[in-house]
Amino acid sequence: MDEIQSLIGGFGVALSWFNLMLMLVGIMLGVIIGVLPGLGGANGVAILLPLTFSMAQQPGGATSGIILLSCIYWGALFGGAITSILFNIPGEPWSVATTFDGYPMAQKGEAGRALTAAFSGSFVGALFAVLLITFLSPLVAKFALKFGPAEFFSVYLLTFCAFVGLSKEAPFKVVASMMLGFALAAVGLDTVTGQLRMTFGSTSLLKGFDFLIAVIGLFGIGEILQTMEEGLAFKGVRAKLKARIVLDTWKELPRYWMTSLRSCVVGCFMGIVPGGATPASFMSYGLAKKFSKDGDKFGTGVIEGVTAPETAAHAAGTSALLPMLTLGVPGSPTAAVLLGGLMIWGLQPGPLLFTEQKDFVWGLIASMYLGNIVGLIVVLTCVPLFASILRIPFSIIAPVILVICAIGAYTVHSSMFDVWMMLLFGVVGYVFKKLGYPLAPLVLALVLGDRAEDSFRQSMLMSQGDMGILFSNGLVGGLTTLALTLLFWPLISMVWDKVRGVRGKS
Amino acid sequence: MASNQENDERAATSVKVAECIVAAVIIALGVLVMVDSLRLGNRWVSDGPQAGYFPFYIGVILCISGAVNALRALRDPYVRTFVTRGQGKLVLLVLVPLVGYVALIALLGIYVASTIYIALFMIWLGKYGWAKTAAVSLGVSLAFFLMFEVWFKVPLIKGPLETALGLN
Repeated sequence: MDEIQSLIGGFGVALSWFNLMLMLVGIMLGVIIGVLPGLGGANGVAILLPLTFSMAQQPGGATSGIILLSCIYWGALFGGAITSILFNIPGEPWSVATTFDGYPMAQKGEAGRALTAAFSGSFVGALFAVLLITFLSPLVAKFALKFGPAEFFSVYLLTFCAFVGLSKEAPFKVVASMMLGFALAAVGLDTVTGQLRMTFGSTSLLKGFDFLIAVIGLFGIGEILQTMEEGLAFKGVRAKLKARIVLDTWKELPRYWMTSLRSCVVGCFMGIVPGGATPASFMSYGLAKKFSKDGDKFGTGVIEGVTAPETAAHAAGTSALLPMLTLGVPGSPTAAVLLGGLMIWGLQPGPLLFTEQKDFVWGLIASMYLGNIVGLIVVLTCVPLFASILRIPFSIIAPVILVICAIGAYTVHSSMFDVWMMLLFGVVGYVFKKLGYPLAPLVLALVLGDRAEDSFRQSMLMSQGDMGILFSNGLVGGLTTLALTLLFWPLISMVWDKVRGVRGKS
Repeated sequence: MASNQENDERAATSVKVAECIVAAVIIALGVLVMVDSLRLGNRWVSDGPQAGYFPFYIGVILCISGAVNALRALRDPYVRTFVTRGQGKLVLLVLVPLVGYVALIALLGIYVASTIYIALFMIWLGKYGWAKTAAVSLGVSLAFFLMFEVWFKVPLIKGPLETALGLN
């Protein structure tokens, strides 16, 4: 029970007044970010990351920094539900499925019930994922200490193939977006040979493309442009959470424990294998509809239809930090931004983090428990406040958000070139979203591109160019096989459907 | 007004055209990556793979996926709208001033440019009066100034006004 002891130590680190205050600030900021269009978990954290640079230089500051940033993430996860239920606008992609039953409930005058169900579901999902992180991540980290370059490359391969296999989008669009990320990651100085790649004589390109800029542009500017299309007005339902409604809903929720458990498992799986929170929420909604007694009533305002996607989204969003901490492979764009933060603060994510930075890791894990409790209390008590933010007219909110994005892009390297790049990424994000190109693979490839390439080169050096090294032992072979299965999953399921279709006819 | 509205709902671009343009850009980037990788060398030498080895295949896959996406779009039997004229107008109304704003940042510094940008946005698109506009735009910029320069000590880009006021 080393984990329990480490966790108690972690609580010792996380439970200072300063850190508790950061949690509160982070959650509040996160919910606001989740509620506002154009600002989400990933770019919200990316914009605020530079503000933690000076904080992280003080002793113990890295822990405080990650507590602030991760709490923004939890807040954003909570915040997405508010706009989905009250305004029928998903504040975050993972809360799209919440609108299916959340908004009808609000229209029926049950907004309080729907919000309570969503928040409680999120909390349960997050708690499940944090428990999983507490007990599973030390094991994964210990196991991963024995990893060589080939093993790491097969993990990267699995990460990227999972996107192709698990996304709703057309497989070749996923591939195109991912390869674009890899190509952008390759720009700049090649660390192995010292040669310049794809800079074409430009000095601005020497540093390469920073993924923080890409995140701010793709998710921030792109989303504002898309929101503009729909005009400037938001129409919403007013809501107040009365204590009695909360308690009544809580009495009702344990009835749906099976749905919750299923959503937790789906969410954690999709978070660890980087399918992400968005597909997890849809999948869990679909499963809940299939297995529920009131399956046909889904879509008209059923409480199960709110808890299922919210639980899964929060479980996925939280468990995405497990591979980020243990392997240095983030499971979602926001986890990728947090990973970028760790690297900027001088911490090397991966298995060694658990032995060399015990205080940091366990402080973070403890803060996940505390942060989600703080989060639940904050969102339950402050819903009217957050909902009123959306009543500020869009013609004020939009320029302010765009200014925040520009400032955020500038602060990363204090460079004007980055602001122009952000603009370009914004247009790309808008067009990609409209055409159904997923953005997450691009961001993850941009973050992991260099390291995936390094591990590939190292393993190829070890084997003298023989691809067989990716099948040289059970572990690598298993990971590679799993990766390839996921990669060709769209093809496999197509063939399977055809075969079954033929059989069904005959 | 009726004819105006009809005009607004007409398609400015179809999905097919947009898909093909994006696919063409992706293929072009793929070719660019391949050409540069060939310059660097995409082979094996005595000390291992050359710098262009990995990116070369990225370029190849970019080209393949771009071609597949273009073919799929061309074979799509439905005509769908990418943006209507009305939507396109609204998007350009945000995008064009945004480009101007970024250009202004370099000239006037981020605080002055932001004040101007927020004010123009509010007047043009929000139809607000001068008093409210001035209050919001100046207030937001001042808040950012306090937050970045004073509290977090992260210096942002400044222009002639800050120099004149001795804030640099």
